[in-house]
Amino acid sequence: MALTVERIEVAGVSVDLATMGAGPPLLFLHGGFGLAGHEACLEKLAESFQVFAPTLPGFGHSDLPRSYSTVDDLAYFGLDLAAHLNLKNAVLVGACFGGWVAAEMAIRSTSRFGQLVLIDALGVKFGDRLTRDITDIHALYQADIAKALYADPTRGQRDAASMSDEGLTAMVRDSEALVLFGWKPYLHNPKLTNWLHRVDIPALVLWGEQDGMVSTDYGRKYAAAIPGARFESVGDAGHYPSLEQPDAVAGHISAFAGANT
Amino acid sequence: MKVWHFSEMAYPQAWDTGYEMGTFRVNVPNSHYDPKLGADIYHRHYDEFQLCDELGINIMLNEHHSTLTCLNPAITVSASILARITKNVRLLLLGNPIANRPDPVRVAEEMAMIDVISHGRLEMGLVKGAPYEIAPANMNPVRLMDRFWEAHDLILKAMSTHDGPFSWESEHYHYRQVNIWPRPWQSPHPPVWITALSPHSGRAIAERRHVAAALLSGGIASGMFNAYRERAAEQGWAAPNDRFAYCALVGVGNTEEEGRRRADKVAGYVRTSPIVAEPFKNPPGYNPTPVNVAALKTGPTQSVARVQTKDGRTVDPTKATVQEFMDARTVFAGTPDQVFEQIKTFNQEVGGFGNLIIMGQGGTLSYDETRANLQLFADEVMPRLGDLKMPENPYGEQAERNASAAQ
Repeated sequence: MALTVERIEVAGVSVDLATMGAGPPLLFLHGGFGLAGHEACLEKLAESFQVFAPTLPGFGHSDLPRSYSTVDDLAYFGLDLAAHLNLKNAVLVGACFGGWVAAEMAIRSTSRFGQLVLIDALGVKFGDRLTRDITDIHALYQADIAKALYADPTRGQRDAASMSDEGLTAMVRDSEALVLFGWKPYLHNPKLTNWLHRVDIPALVLWGEQDGMVSTDYGRKYAAAIPGARFESVGDAGHYPSLEQPDAVAGHISAFAGANT
Repeated sequence: MKVWHFSEMAYPQAWDTGYEMGTFRVNVPNSHYDPKLGADIYHRHYDEFQLCDELGINIMLNEHHSTLTCLNPAITVSASILARITKNVRLLLLGNPIANRPDPVRVAEEMAMIDVISHGRLEMGLVKGAPYEIAPANMNPVRLMDRFWEAHDLILKAMSTHDGPFSWESEHYHYRQVNIWPRPWQSPHPPVWITALSPHSGRAIAERRHVAAALLSGGIASGMFNAYRERAAEQGWAAPNDRFAYCALVGVGNTEEEGRRRADKVAGYVRTSPIVAEPFKNPPGYNPTPVNVAALKTGPTQSVARVQTKDGRTVDPTKATVQEFMDARTVFAGTPDQVFEQIKTFNQEVGGFGNLIIMGQGGTLSYDETRANLQLFADEVMPRLGDLKMPENPYGEQAERNASAAQ
C-alpha cells in the first residue's frame, strides 16, 4: 500500500511527508531503510493518531543539504519539523536509525512532545572497546543481513527487479544516507548515553525479541539509561517490529500513550 | 615514451586460502602470512627495482590493505627504501589513497622527505582507492571525492607554501600551523598523477593539468584520455602526451610462447585481485547513485567487474586466458617485436600516451623470470618506444583558438 505523500520545506530542506489519520499527533521517524514496509503499522496508528511520517533528509527522495553530515543535523531538523507542524504534546516514535534521531531530539528538547517511543533504536554504546553492540551489517552478505534483521527473513524481501527507477533510487539513497550519518562511530554517538538523563517525558523502549542487529539486552540497557522508561518486547519480530508485527507495535504505542497522557 | 615497472608484491603462498574463502581482501586472517617468507618477498622485489634502476626503467609502487595480493600497505616505506637504494630512475607512487588518510599534512611531509632523499625523483600519485580499501581504512565512502579534492588541495598548498605557517579550516581537515619541513626538492611540488576510470574524472584531472593514468583496461583509456584532451582544449591548452599513462601486464620472451607463458604468470595478479567478499565490494556512497541503481536493475551484483575487449566482448578477469587479456589490452605479450607492435597499435588507438607502466612482475612470476622479462624489455622493446609516431591531438586547433581568445 502506498502512502499519500506531500512535499514540504522545513528549515530550507525539501522533504517528503506522509500524513494520515486523526487524533493526537504522532511523529514517526523511519529506520535505515526508510518507510517502505512500515505502511501497515502507520495505517494502524492512524486509527488512533494523526500520524506524521517524514522521510529524513538524504533518505528516499528528500533533499540532502551539503552541510548535513551528522545525526546532530537530523536532530535539529526533526525539532524544526515539529515546530513547522506546530506539534503539541505529540508522541515521538523512532525506529532503528530513526530511534537514534528521536533520542538525539529528546535530549535537546521535549517541548513539543508528550511521550517518547524508541523501537529497536540505535545510537548508544554500552560494550567495552572490543565488544560491538551493533552488528556490522556492512560486513555481512545480503542473505545474512536479512537473517540479522528479521525474525522471518522473507518478510523483509524487496524484489529490485520489479521496482521502478524511482523506487530503486530511493533505496540506494537510503543506504547512502545511513552510511553518511552512521559510518564512524558505527551507528552510534559515544556521548549520547551521557545525556539520556535529559529525557524528561515518559518513554517506552520497544524491542523485537529476535533482533540480530541490536539485542534485547541492549534495549533493556537503553531503557535503563532513560529516567523512568518502560521496556516491552515484541514476539516474532526482529529489528523491525513495525514491519513484522504492525498491529502489535501500534497496540503497544497506543496503550502506552493512552496511559501517559 | 617513458617506461615504468610495477609489481604489487603479491603473496601467492596463501592464494589457496583466498580461493577457499572466496576473498583475497579484507577478511583473510593474517595467520596465513609467514613473516619469514614475507621478508624474502620484500628483498626480492627491492632487488628487482634495483635492476630497473640499472636498466633505466622507472619504478612504480602501489599500496593495498589487508590483502594477499599486495604486501605493500604503507607505500611510503617501500618508496623510502627505494629513494635510498636507487640512484637514477624516477619513483612513482600510484598511489597514496589520500581520502583514506586522516592527515594530509603528514602525507605532504612524507612525500617531501622522499623527494629530497631521492634528489627530486618523486612522482606523486594521489588516488581515490578501490572500494574494498574503505573497510580497512574505515573512512566514510560517502562524499569520498570531496574529501579527496580537499586533501589534494591541502597537500599541494603545504608543499608549495614557503612563507608559512598557514592555517586550514575546512569541511574535512583542520590545521592551525601548516609549515612542512623539509619542503620538496622539486618546485613547486613533485608532478602529480591521478588514476581514473571515467571521462568525468579525465576532465577533472585536466583542469589541474596532472597526469591521468588508466590501468589494465584499454577500453577505459581512450574515452578518459579523450575527455582530458577535450577539457584541456576548452581551457586553452593542448594536452601533451606526457599527461597520459597506461598500465598493462607485460610478458616478453625470446619466443612468443615464452612471452605468453610469462604473461600468464603475471596475470595471476588480475585473476586474484578482483576476488573480494561481497560486503566489501561496493560500499554505499562509493559509486554515484545512478550507477548503483543501474547495478540493482541488472539483478544480483556480478561477482567481479568484467573487462571489455576491443570488439566489445566482456571477459571475467578471474578466469581469462592470456589471449583474452590481450584482446582487452590488459596484457601485451610475445616476442619483443610482437610486444612493440601491440604497444604501437594501442598508442594509435588511444590517441597517444607518454607513459607506459608495465607490470613486469605479478602473480607467480619468479625472481629469475622477472629479471629476464625486464632485461629483455629494456634491451629489445624500450629503445624503440622513443621513436613511436604520436597521433595528432584532435583538439589542438580548439586549444589554440581558446588560448588566443583568452589573451
